[in-house]
Amino acid sequence: MIRLVREPIDIQSIAESLQQPEDGAVVVFEGVVRNHSDGKAVLYLEYDAYESMALQKLEEVASRAKKEFAIRDIAIVHRLGHMKIGECSALIVAASAHRGPAFEACRFAIDTIKQIVPIWKKEFYEDGEVWVEGTH
Amino acid sequence: MSLRILFFASLADIAGAREVLLDATGFTDVKSVFDKFAGDFPALEKYRSSVLFALNSEFARSTSPVRDGDELAFFPPVSGG
Repeated sequence: MIRLVREPIDIQSIAESLQQPEDGAVVVFEGVVRNHSDGKAVLYLEYDAYESMALQKLEEVASRAKKEFAIRDIAIVHRLGHMKIGECSALIVAASAHRGPAFEACRFAIDTIKQIVPIWKKEFYEDGEVWVEGTH
Repeated sequence: MSLRILFFASLADIAGAREVLLDATGFTDVKSVFDKFAGDFPALEKYRSSVLFALNSEFARSTSPVRDGDELAFFPPVSGG
């Protein structure tokens, strides 16, 4: 399951819908909106995306994760638009028979999203706003 | 004969648009298109070494050829997650 959404992500229902009787582990990774960045207080964020390419790249991340790790399935949901501190901006759920591959797949997926999926965040402060640019 | 040019994040702010239709005549590769916009919007120059290119939704190089009907996107390093 790959989605770009503009509403709050329903973490519980996505995790429950992914889980099957053969799974022994369901690992949930949540990227959340933090209230600080480089020593500055962050009030809220906005995320923007090149949506058609972002969906293709999220599919690619999921299929690579399934190929490289012994997981049964993976769900990736990224939220776009305005987000408050503490809200979930990105959700990854990996399900597998055993815990190791599920942990590894989540780590791989979030790291790869931060490299190849065309999504950007803008941080809003008391005195301005800045598009955050990745480092790769 | 046209190219659909997309800008995202800070580059959209500089170009003042997310989408521009460009007559493809005279453009050979990705770099030639970037050069045109860097001429129009000098603030794009500082992105020359970091800008990423996507041709028809796949990452491309500055030397990748452009053809009539292509969708070419310019954007800064991604920061999702």
